[in-house]
Amino acid sequence: MDKEKDKELQPSHPESGYAIEGASEQASVVDGAPHSEPVGRKEPKQRGQWAEVWRRLKRNRMAMFGFAVILIIVLTAIFADVIAPYSFREQNLRRIAESPSMDHLLGTDELGRDIFSRIIYGTRISLQVGFVAVSISVIAGGFLGALAGYYGNKLDNVIMRFMDILLAIPSILLAIAIVSAFGGGLVNVMIAVGISSIPVYARIVKASVMSIKEQEFIEAARAVGARDLRIIFKHVLPNAMAPIIVQGTIGVANAILSAAGLSFIGLGIQPPTPEWGAMLSGGRMFIRTAPHIATFPGVAIMITIFALNLLGDGLRDALDPRLKQ
Amino acid sequence: MEHVLEVRNLHKDFHTKKGLLKAVNNISLYISRGETLGIVGESGCGKSTTGRAVLRLVEPTAGEVLFEGKSILELKPAQMRNMRRDMQIIFQDPFASLDPRISISEIIAEPLRVFNLYKKQGGERRVAELMDLVGLSKRLVNTFPHELDGGRRQRVGVARALALDPKFIVCDEPVSALDVSIQAQILNLLQDIQQRLGLTYMFISHDLNVVKHVSNRVAVMYLGKIVETTTSHNIFTNPQHPYTKALLSAIPIPKVGQKRQRILLEGDVPSPVNPPSGCIFSARCPYVMEKCRQQEPPMVEPAPEHTVSCYLVSDEMG
Repeated sequence: MDKEKDKELQPSHPESGYAIEGASEQASVVDGAPHSEPVGRKEPKQRGQWAEVWRRLKRNRMAMFGFAVILIIVLTAIFADVIAPYSFREQNLRRIAESPSMDHLLGTDELGRDIFSRIIYGTRISLQVGFVAVSISVIAGGFLGALAGYYGNKLDNVIMRFMDILLAIPSILLAIAIVSAFGGGLVNVMIAVGISSIPVYARIVKASVMSIKEQEFIEAARAVGARDLRIIFKHVLPNAMAPIIVQGTIGVANAILSAAGLSFIGLGIQPPTPEWGAMLSGGRMFIRTAPHIATFPGVAIMITIFALNLLGDGLRDALDPRLKQ
Repeated sequence: MEHVLEVRNLHKDFHTKKGLLKAVNNISLYISRGETLGIVGESGCGKSTTGRAVLRLVEPTAGEVLFEGKSILELKPAQMRNMRRDMQIIFQDPFASLDPRISISEIIAEPLRVFNLYKKQGGERRVAELMDLVGLSKRLVNTFPHELDGGRRQRVGVARALALDPKFIVCDEPVSALDVSIQAQILNLLQDIQQRLGLTYMFISHDLNVVKHVSNRVAVMYLGKIVETTTSHNIFTNPQHPYTKALLSAIPIPKVGQKRQRILLEGDVPSPVNPPSGCIFSARCPYVMEKCRQQEPPMVEPAPEHTVSCYLVSDEMG
C-alpha cells in the first residue's frame, strides 16, 4: 500500500520534479516582473501572508507529496473503523504470527490479531501522540525561548537555567517520572513526552530570536508603535521559524518513539490499544521467526516521518520569501 | 515661529567595556513647523543617536525633548505609543529596515494595524493611496522587499513612515545607502511630500551637498556636541567654526582642475569615551589656543539665526 507507492515515486522525483518546476515558475510569477503588464489588467489584490505561503508551498512538488501522504494518514485515522477489515483487539489464537496472505494483508501478530487493522487503528494514537506532544513542546519551548531571547538579562537567566535543569535529566527519565507520578494513559504520555523536550525548542528559539531582535526592522516596528507581543509574534518568530520547523518534524518522530519506549516499559499506552511503537517493541521478540510483526509498524512510522520531513522542508522554504527555487 | 520639536540639554550615554561613552553630549536644538533641520557630522559623531533619542527609540540619559510643547520623556509607554502617530522615522538602510518575510503592502499597513486603523480607514485603499503617494506601482503590492531595488525599498520605508499621517519625521541618512542616481529621486520625493503634507523634518546626513539641497537650517555635530547651527545659506557662505570650515573644504568640487584651499585636520577623531577637556575640537583645531583646552567655549550668537561654540567667535564679539 502506502509503502509501495512511496518507493515508486520517490526516486523519480528529484530530476523530473525540479525541471518542471522551473518552467512553470516563469509562467506563474507575474507580479514583480516589470515587463508583463498588459493594459487594463486588474490590479493584483493585496494577498494575505498565509495565502502567499500556500501559493509557494503548492509549487514545491516534494512538499505537496508529503502533504498528500500526511493527508491520507490523517484520513486513515479518522475513518479507521471503515477501513480496517478486523477489530484491533480480536484474537485468533489458531492463526498466530502468520505471514501476509489474502486474509491478513500484513499477517497476524503473536496473538493472532490482524496487523493491518492494528496499524490502521494505531494511526490514531501515534498521530495524536506525535502532534500533540510536539505542539506542547514547540508552543511552550518557543514561548519561553522567545521571552528569554527578546528580553534578555534576568528573565533570560531564570528561564534558561530552568531549562538547563530540565535538560540535565534524560528526557526519557523525565517522561517516566511524569507518567509514574500522574499515571499512564494517552493524555499523560503526550504531556510527559511534550514537556521532556521543551528545553530543546527553548534553546533553538532563543538563539535565533537573539540574532533577529537586533535587526533594524525590529526597531522600525517599534518606531511605528508596535507592542512587544506584536513584534515577537509578527516579526521575530516568523523569522526564527526555519530551525523550529525542521526540529519539529524530527520531533514528531522522536515523540512517537518516546511514547513507544514508555509503552515498552509498561508505563505508556496499555495493550491492547494499538500503538505503533508498542507494536514494534512487542514484535521484537519474534524478529527471527516472524519478522513481519515488527517490520510493518516500523514501516508505518518511517512513512509518516518521511512525509513529515518532506512537508517540513517545503514549509520552511515556503515561509521564506527570499528563496526562489 | 512655532517650534514643533525642541530639545534641551539632551544627553545619551552608553556603558561600554572601555568606559562611559557620551554619544550625545548636551545638545540643544529646535525645529520650526514645516522646516527641515539638517544635522551633519562625520560617522560616529552621534547624529543617528540624536535622531533615535528624540523619538525615544533609545532612552536619553538626561535632558528634555518637547514635541509641540509637550515633554515626551516623561510619557508612559502607552502615551508614548500614541505619540508615535505624530513622530516617525525613515531609516538609513532600506535593506535592513524592512522585514524580509512580509509583503510590502503588509509593511505599509503595519502602522495602521498597530493603531487599529486598518479597518476604519479602509486599509487596502489607504495602502494603495500611500503607495501612489510615494510613487510605487500598484502591481508591487504583493512583492517582498528582496524583490525590489534600493530606491523602491526606500519608498516603502517612506510610505510606512507616512501611514499614520505624522507631523514630524526623522530622516536618518535616508539616501546614503542608495546609488547617486536614485538619491536625487528620493530627495525630491521627500521634499515633495513635505510640501504637500506640511511635514517637519530632522534630516540626518554626512553628505553636505545633500543637506544643502534639503535643509532650511543646519546643525553641525562633532563628537556628540553641536558646534554650530545656522541657516543653510549661512553655513556655506559664512561658516564660523573651524570644524565647519574644514568639513566644507572637504566637499569635492565637480570640476576638473579647480583647486581650493583644503583645510586638512591632523590626527583622528578622539574617542568619545575619552573626549578632550575644554573644547571637544581642541585636539585637532588648527587655531587652538591655551584656553580652548581648559574650558568649553560658550554658545554665542554672532548673528541672528547663527549660534557657534568657539572662542575665536566669542572673543571677537567681546
